[in-house]
Amino acid sequence: MTLQEIFQNPYITQVVVKALVVGILVALCASLLGVSLVLKRLSMIGDGLSHVGFGALAVATVLELGDYSLEISIPIVVAAAFLLIKIGESKRLKGDAAIALFSTGAVAVGSLIYNYSGSRNTDICNSLFGSASIITLDDKDLILSIVLSVAVLLFFVLCYNRIFAITFDEAFSRAAGIRAELFKLMIAVLTAITIVLGMKMLGAIMISAIIIFPALSAMRVCRSFRSVVICSAVLSVTCFVIGFFAACRLSYQTGATVACVDLVAFMLFALAGVFINSSKGKALLASAKKLAQPRKN
Amino acid sequence: MAILECKDLVLAYDGVTVAEDISFEVGEGDYLCIVGENGSGKSTLMKAILGLLRPVSGEIILGEGLQRREIGYLPQQTDIQRDFPASVQEVVLSGTLARGGFRLFYSAEDKKQAMENMRLLGIDGIAGSCYNELSGGQQQRVLLARALCATRKLLLLDEPVSGLDPVVTAELYDLLRTLNREQGIAIIMISHDLSAIAGAATHVLHLHHRVEFFGTKDAYSSSAAAQAFLGRDKQ
Repeated sequence: MTLQEIFQNPYITQVVVKALVVGILVALCASLLGVSLVLKRLSMIGDGLSHVGFGALAVATVLELGDYSLEISIPIVVAAAFLLIKIGESKRLKGDAAIALFSTGAVAVGSLIYNYSGSRNTDICNSLFGSASIITLDDKDLILSIVLSVAVLLFFVLCYNRIFAITFDEAFSRAAGIRAELFKLMIAVLTAITIVLGMKMLGAIMISAIIIFPALSAMRVCRSFRSVVICSAVLSVTCFVIGFFAACRLSYQTGATVACVDLVAFMLFALAGVFINSSKGKALLASAKKLAQPRKN
Repeated sequence: MAILECKDLVLAYDGVTVAEDISFEVGEGDYLCIVGENGSGKSTLMKAILGLLRPVSGEIILGEGLQRREIGYLPQQTDIQRDFPASVQEVVLSGTLARGGFRLFYSAEDKKQAMENMRLLGIDGIAGSCYNELSGGQQQRVLLARALCATRKLLLLDEPVSGLDPVVTAELYDLLRTLNREQGIAIIMISHDLSAIAGAATHVLHLHHRVEFFGTKDAYSSSAAAQAFLGRDKQ
């Protein structure tokens, strides 16, 4: 399908636009939450939750409630987020072990459920790596996705300063009267919601890539929290749009294509980071800054 | 009038009592050094003062209208901060959140206060620098400026000189002396060694699961508790 074909057929255009809107919103939410998750060393929570999402999707499919897959998956994944955060705080079972347990457990159970229901392998493949065809989002899913992602964005913008304080120094924030536990829980819950919203299009396993990669890339070159957040958001949306159209054009799986674009971006940013941090790069940047300043007479 | 008074505190961590019978007070403008070996209950006491841990029994009374969240806290550095992309200004500004009240963004007053504190600590020139590229001494100044944004009366420092070389350590002690004497800010500093007392401390609390000594610095140097502590160091 060429881009021209997409935009000449009004029906296809409508489907593509819907998918694009949801995708961009999810990519935006994922990248913002990702900054906090990566910096707080909670990247694996995103990964763990996306695996749980796969299991939840399997349950929805088998119960032949495909139309309600969002409504079924969100509570399951949010519950998993609660559990993971609570387990992470307890000393008996370490957080990383708990996440490994959840991930593999959920994927195993999910696969068995698919096997039991006699689903085709492509179904499993699609739910893991994202659909190869553009999914037909019904209007209900579209509205739910928009409402929830706007809620995530609002939370992030309104609590930006507190999120920074907690991410940078939890001990200080708690002493300063910020309810750090509550915010941590909120971040995990919102991550869970974001994962479910993006899961059908991008696939359960690939969604953690769009959470983690943009933040990691931005951290290579940016020197302040604000710039990391902005860079990560812009990068995430850009990579999604490129990956999305490439996947349409080539009939590749959306999730894997977007993840690969994110990976390429990460490599470019890593290279740029090495250059900026090298002595030669520093000298060059300094002279560029000097040139940019107005000359004194 | 004391700004902080602890009465007969019993503190437990994970159900195990780590300190009991703890009574002391900190007056306005005091500089109290809490010393004791590792595991003597110092950190637990500090958490209780900050309100992060509920005492089993006893009371912690804040005076002079001091709110619990208005204790300027300088925690030990964590692994997370070592490669955290944050500018000096962002870190210092986050201290103003302790004033409470919900504000969407930092107010002009918050920014002014952050700038004043950065100037006071001589870091206003590096406001735009990345926190993780600074030296250890500069990082402590940034965290101190953040703590100052949170308080006007009382600073609580947790092993502030660990990992710093002797020259930078001396500079930090000088800075604390200035804040204490010129700004009239009371200071509570936790340390596992006695060198901290050599700074500008006015009072000493020697902790070993209970109060071994509490009094002025002068009285401490001739006390049995100090002799025992020093003797252990010399061995």
